[in-house]
Amino acid sequence: MNKTVRVALVALLCVGAAACSKKAEVKPQPPMEQNTQTQTQASDGKYTPADLDTDACLRQRVVYFDFDKTEIKPEFQQIMACHAKYLQDRPMSHIRLEGNTDERGTREYNLGLGERRGNAVSSALQAAGGSASQLEVISYGKEKPVCREHNEDCWGKNRRVEIVYTAQ
Amino acid sequence: MIKPMRKLSSSFALVLLAITALFVGPVSAQSLNVDIVGGVKTATPIVVVPFAQQGGAPLSTDIADVMRNDFNRSGKFRSLAKSDIVETPSKGSDIKFATWRLLKQDYITVGRVSDAGGGMTRVEYELWDVNKQQSLLAQAFTVPAGDLRGVAHQIADQIYEKITGVRGAFWTRIAYITAVGLGNNTSYSLIVADSDGFNPQVVARSKESLLSPAWSPDGRKIAYVSFESGNSNIYIQDITTGSRQLVSSHKGINGAPAWSPDGRKLALALSYVGNPEIFVLDLGSRQETRLTNSLSIDTEPTWAPDGQSIYFTSDRSGRPQIYQVPAGGGAAERVTFQGQNNLKASVSYDGKQIAMVQGNGNVYRIAILDRSLGGQVRYVSPGPIDDAVSFAPNASMLLYAATEGSRGVLYSVSNDGMVRQRLALADGNVQEPAWGPYRQR
Repeated sequence: MNKTVRVALVALLCVGAAACSKKAEVKPQPPMEQNTQTQTQASDGKYTPADLDTDACLRQRVVYFDFDKTEIKPEFQQIMACHAKYLQDRPMSHIRLEGNTDERGTREYNLGLGERRGNAVSSALQAAGGSASQLEVISYGKEKPVCREHNEDCWGKNRRVEIVYTAQ
Repeated sequence: MIKPMRKLSSSFALVLLAITALFVGPVSAQSLNVDIVGGVKTATPIVVVPFAQQGGAPLSTDIADVMRNDFNRSGKFRSLAKSDIVETPSKGSDIKFATWRLLKQDYITVGRVSDAGGGMTRVEYELWDVNKQQSLLAQAFTVPAGDLRGVAHQIADQIYEKITGVRGAFWTRIAYITAVGLGNNTSYSLIVADSDGFNPQVVARSKESLLSPAWSPDGRKIAYVSFESGNSNIYIQDITTGSRQLVSSHKGINGAPAWSPDGRKLALALSYVGNPEIFVLDLGSRQETRLTNSLSIDTEPTWAPDGQSIYFTSDRSGRPQIYQVPAGGGAAERVTFQGQNNLKASVSYDGKQIAMVQGNGNVYRIAILDRSLGGQVRYVSPGPIDDAVSFAPNASMLLYAATEGSRGVLYSVSNDGMVRQRLALADGNVQEPAWGPYRQR
């Protein structure tokens, strides 16, 4: 490898690292011990769109997965519950579930894996009370990584489903 | 297993880039940097003497240089470095065979270029057997002056076939995707280039991901996946006219298009039925036929050369493996058993070899399964994050995608894995390679 290439690679690695640390901010918080819903809900106990910005549970919009796994891990069950409640409280609201994978394997197979994870989150939200008509799944496979290093820490950040409200 | 033994001078890529710069047209794409690693001691030694020029303006293409590069990256030949070429005969009658015997060359190519008038150039060449002092080939081409690289590849093909008995595939094209920029500012292009990475032309651009380009058997069209509308959709685009049609836009995944050998059908992976399944779309009638039915991911179909069956990737056994199903429907049979993960089959023209991405643990490499050797698998890339592979039409070389640092690059590799040529962008990623069919002479 010539020197120019090496310099270029180092530069790219730095860019990748910056992207990683930036994205780390949206990593979900550890599950809250207390139920946070009481302090932010409207008086009738229903969520309002304002809660999407303020409620500690609703603000968590990323579900992470273990390698080659589609199961929703226990620590994300509370997130499933609050978003499902929001869907119930706001029947006109709509969520797009964006499935993503790590870089290992081919692009097309990873499209399938991302969709499988999106479907798993969709099923969990429905099981917790959300309606199928409020949910849509799209898979980006490995096309939209948030971290570009080649290690498990980075791969774990990329194996995710992002919860995107397309209608509040 | 792959020992970098030799690398062409680092100025090589820059010199070639300078040459291509002269050809930059309105739709030219960012040039690829090209260099070769590896080398085979057992490869056949051949000398390609610089072509003599008789009159006319200085040529923008060094024909002999293009041919030497072709021969070297094939792994079958080792061409004498230009700096070691001590005599420059341009006709067979001028060759002093003793000189080339002393330099241990088996074959010698000489040639000459002249102005044929009207913007045309006449290129003549001869191939001689050094030991027998016997003429093997002698031919002339009259071509537009801008097509000298094409002529060089065609001459290399003729020589390759004369000596090896296998049709050459240097005069072919490749397609790939480039991704330039980071995050939401990434722009994607579908590019078609010569087999050595030169003359890149933009076929399509998108602000969203493009993937899975697939050549029509006549080399005129490319089917590909685009996320430009938000979801994955499949388009077919005519390379020369640019005209494009949307052929699949179901809910869910529309992915992995593959042309049938007769060009009339497209195999696809569609997930609107709940999970990705293999379908065959008749391009004439628009009728869709479902081929697989499992709860797993079935994707990456590719046709056997006889068109009778389709290989595809499925994780129905728990991990992704290659399966084969009759093209008219029926039970799928598992093809690969060695390796934790096997994905994205590419089948050689004779159906005997299946190249694929094989993952073991965190290491993903390109493996070739030789069905004529009882399912034996060998690796042709070092990994660890290779993710796509495509055979040349004569199966002498393959093109695959690798990741180096955080950059996606392509490699062409000889079938024995001994010689690799890197195709990289100075700025951005190159991915999703697809080697095109033979061109019509």
